[in-house]
Amino acid sequence: MTNATAAKTMTQTWQSLCARAALVPFSGVAAWVETAEGPAQVALFYLPGHEQELYALDHHDPFSNANVIARGIVGDLKGQLVVASPIYKQHFRLEDGQCLEDDSVALRSWKVSFKGDEVWIEA
Amino acid sequence: MNTPNSDKQQLIIIGNGMVGHHLVEQLVERGATERYHVIVFGEERHLAYDRVHLSEYFSGRDADSLALSTADYYAEHGIELRLAEAVTAIDRDGSEVLTPQGRYRYDRLVLATGSYPFVPPIPGNDRDGCLVYRTLEDLDAIREAAETATTGVVVGGGLLGLEAANALRGLNLDTAVVEFAPRLMPMQVDSEGGELLREKIEALGVQVLTGRATQEIIDGEASRHRMVFQDDKVLETDLIVFSAGIRPRDELARDCSLEMGERGGVVIDDRCLTSDPAILAVGEVALWNNSIFGLVAPGYQMAKAAAATLLEGGMTFGGADMSTKLKLMGVDVGSIGDAHGDRTPGARMFRYLDPLKQQYRKLVVSSDGKRLVGAMLVGDNSVYDTLLQYYANRMELPEDPASLILPSSEGAPALGPDALPEAATICSCHNVTKGDVCATIDGGAVDLAAVKGETKASTGCGGCAALLKSLVDHELESRGVEVDKSICEHFAHTRQELYDIVRVEGIKTFGELIEKHGASHTPGLGCDICKPAVASILASCFNEPITDAAHIPLQDTNDTFMANMQKNGTYSVVPRIPGGEITPDKLVVLGQVAQKYGLYTKITGGQRVDLFGARLEDLPDIWGELIEAGFETGHAYGKSLRTVKSCVGSTWCRYGVQDSVGMAIHLENRYKGLRSPHKIKFAVSGCTRECAEAQSKDVGVIATENGWNLYVCGNGGMRPRHAELLATDLDDETLIRTIDRFLMFYVRTADRLQRTSVWRENLEGGLDYLKEVILDDSLGLGEELESQMQAVIDSYECEWANAIKDPEKLKRFRSFVNDSRPDPDIIVTEERGQLRPA
Ligand code: SRM
Ligand SMILES: Cc1cc2nc3c(=O)[nH]c(=O)nc-3n(C[C@H](O)[C@H](O)[C@H](O)COP(=O)(O)OP(=O)(O)OC[C@H]3O[C@@H](n4cnc5c(N)ncnc54)[C@H](O)[C@@H]3O)c2cc1C
Ligand code: SF4
Ligand code: FES
Repeated sequence: MTNATAAKTMTQTWQSLCARAALVPFSGVAAWVETAEGPAQVALFYLPGHEQELYALDHHDPFSNANVIARGIVGDLKGQLVVASPIYKQHFRLEDGQCLEDDSVALRSWKVSFKGDEVWIEA
Repeated sequence: MNTPNSDKQQLIIIGNGMVGHHLVEQLVERGATERYHVIVFGEERHLAYDRVHLSEYFSGRDADSLALSTADYYAEHGIELRLAEAVTAIDRDGSEVLTPQGRYRYDRLVLATGSYPFVPPIPGNDRDGCLVYRTLEDLDAIREAAETATTGVVVGGGLLGLEAANALRGLNLDTAVVEFAPRLMPMQVDSEGGELLREKIEALGVQVLTGRATQEIIDGEASRHRMVFQDDKVLETDLIVFSAGIRPRDELARDCSLEMGERGGVVIDDRCLTSDPAILAVGEVALWNNSIFGLVAPGYQMAKAAAATLLEGGMTFGGADMSTKLKLMGVDVGSIGDAHGDRTPGARMFRYLDPLKQQYRKLVVSSDGKRLVGAMLVGDNSVYDTLLQYYANRMELPEDPASLILPSSEGAPALGPDALPEAATICSCHNVTKGDVCATIDGGAVDLAAVKGETKASTGCGGCAALLKSLVDHELESRGVEVDKSICEHFAHTRQELYDIVRVEGIKTFGELIEKHGASHTPGLGCDICKPAVASILASCFNEPITDAAHIPLQDTNDTFMANMQKNGTYSVVPRIPGGEITPDKLVVLGQVAQKYGLYTKITGGQRVDLFGARLEDLPDIWGELIEAGFETGHAYGKSLRTVKSCVGSTWCRYGVQDSVGMAIHLENRYKGLRSPHKIKFAVSGCTRECAEAQSKDVGVIATENGWNLYVCGNGGMRPRHAELLATDLDDETLIRTIDRFLMFYVRTADRLQRTSVWRENLEGGLDYLKEVILDDSLGLGEELESQMQAVIDSYECEWANAIKDPEKLKRFRSFVNDSRPDPDIIVTEERGQLRPA
């Protein structure tokens, strides 16, 4: 392991983000997160009743350069859970941020989970 | 210096442009890498990219998305790719090429070096800010120079020059085009066409100077440069782009004494062999039969022939058709075959010029009147595909060839896919014929994507997409394959079927619908196609607020936030101004709100005011103030009624015969909030002078002495369509009843995102059928349609008024759930006294 990645894993920590009630079921909201690499705008998606209920991706849309991903429509395509950018409609996989229309583009993704009624993120 | 591995022959390709890369693909496809070790040299640092769409680099596409391939592809197939390494000489005696990095032995060599932009030898042409338009690097340089410039000139008014001019315009420069010939695009159009083109381009704010030869470029007074013309007139500018034609990059060939054309170009034969049989040439550097082909499709065909030659296979290059169709700055230009008619003895010409619509069409017909030998189009390419088929397949012309270019009410009879012969070329970029398409379908391809994948048709310039789709649909249908009209992978139903299911079964949520009627193989969330479509159906049927929790995840962002998202993530706010009538008090409020929240203000094409640049978290406050002043939402974001445009009518106008403003306001208030398959626009004019342009609307009402004439299914926008007269001299009450029925019938039966115009064109039985259903009530639906409409009208509530009284619904109107700061990345700047995105 190189020093850089060691440093990164060491400073990544779990932090509390917001209450469950701040989420919108089957849709997204955005949160401001101070991460190890600096501040980030994170889109949080909430799928109550699904095997994995919470996902976190970049809120920044690389195609339009606007911070809007949380305002996209959540759905599934060919069995994969995705969000569609509200501006130019590309689809990003919730699991890892991969763009389905362009192999070379992916959003960052973070680990998120509930602790009681709070949403926590590892960043 | 490099050691050839094993017993493979070494094949060197010089140039990694569009054609060089296509050759590599052809070689890989045909297994040539078994026989050859391939080395590719590219002078540019980028891997081959899509030069044809280069200009999109200025409109948001980046280098990666223009790339035609990846380094991995080359590596995977064992091809050595040496980018940013230009070949400087060919040593034919030693069978080696030289680069600054070393010498490389070859057994076979291919020149694919393309061409370079010709810069006329004008003193001063090498000044700072004198640029060309060919590579990504060139565009970077233009972008950089434009940052400190306010004006730009393109030297050369041909195809590429106009494309470059459009790019300069896009970079916000005051742009001019200087052409040496007496008209624009002298190769493609004649003087009449050229004149029309000039008018259209000038109307876009680009200055056009023809018949001007630049003598020198010197220091300017007001701008960086001053161009001095032959008549001592001058033009000042900060930036100059030369686009005065291309010249083959044949210097390597010349230096090693390959046979060259008189005016350049490496001579090749049908097998793409140069005068040295070890060396081939393809693409824009190659001269075949005394012609250089400056388009990508012939280059691809040469690449195919060259691959065959390298593998001793049969295919040869037999010349190519230079017909082109393009849209330059929104202006259609088409040129087919011998468009000037000067290469065909005895040719006869038909010309049609419409100075109002600014359309020019010309047919060049063989002396016996049977075949089309050329055509020229300016201002409207709608008949291009049909004409090209007549030309390319040498099909016999109709008895009256002029009918092909005259604006009969139905337009030229389009050649349907079944009228085409098997040999008809569908895609010229990849040389795919109708026969090829049929063969892949017979071979098992079941949809458009499969046909595209196998034949590559429609993956080049894209110009053939519409024709290919209609051919594939037609062929599938004629083989009894049901063309899948399902809305998406989640429902095996059309929109119309879903509408009926929802209404008959009284289903009120998306969840219930997908559970009962959705496809079972999906995770069941739906997608961005079916969710908004179902949301619209639910709203048409039950009209519950779209902001209710159950409907929120279904909506596009515009409906979710009841405002239109702009390119920087802010929103626009459009209050309803029924009929375009507004009191001074309300106007003042609009101004105050815009001032307070820093909104850019513009009068829209729909007779109302749009306030742009509202931040998400400001929307509720903005609407609070607007509602307070008596405004309602204008549904500018919804697939729903937009505006009812009106003229001032009998109240003020000396010609008006009815109160058009009163009727417009009444209609707007009646149908506001109706959600439909697509947006709906109305207009009401007070007399036949038609100042409200009602005949271009989905519903148009024109006053008569005796009442109102009702027109339906008109469209402005991308494909304008005149509305058709449905009924005449209606009284107020009948007018409204008829519109109720018409709208509800449309809402029930149209496809998703189908405007009334397209719906009407697909309606079997046409206008007569529509009249029967709406006026004669042939389906016995009249009352039901009216009562459904009444239900929607009765349940109307302004969505914004509903939302701002509910704190739960407003929760979402903030940039971050855990932080009150606004999005710091939204940056604005000032222009003409207002704010706009930076
Ligand atoms: C604001 C306005 C331009 C202006 O500054 O004048 C406008 C702006 C937009 N138009 Fe328009 N259109 C506007 C009048 C028109 C008109 C003129 C008219 O209504 O008389 C037309 C042609 C008439 C027609 O539709 O038949 C028009 C034809 C279109 C089309 C093409 C529709 C078609 O059937 O071909 C689109 C694209 C679409 O709807 O798919 C479009 C789409 C758009 C969108 C929604 C594009 C988008 O998705 O971002 C623009 C967003 C507006 C915003 O963010 O607020 N706009 N648009 C006009 C708003 C009118 C209003 O008060 O509501
Ligand atoms: C703005 C623009 C718009 C266009 N629009 C259209 C269109 O709409 N339709 C159409 O059909 N065509 C269009 N064209 C033309 C089309 O791009 C060309 O026909 C096509 O790119 C020719 O391919 P090529 O491989 O022969 O040349 P290129 O694509 O130019 O590739 C040649 C490559 O060889 C490299 N090279 C040259 N010399 C050497 C050397 N000594 N060593 C190593 N590498 C070398 C060059 O750097 C270049 O990368 C357009 C061109 C431009 C610039
Ligand atoms: S349409 Fe007729 S009534 Fe209306 S403004 Fe024009 S001339 Fe006057
Ligand atoms: S004609 Fe260019 S892609 Fe088919």
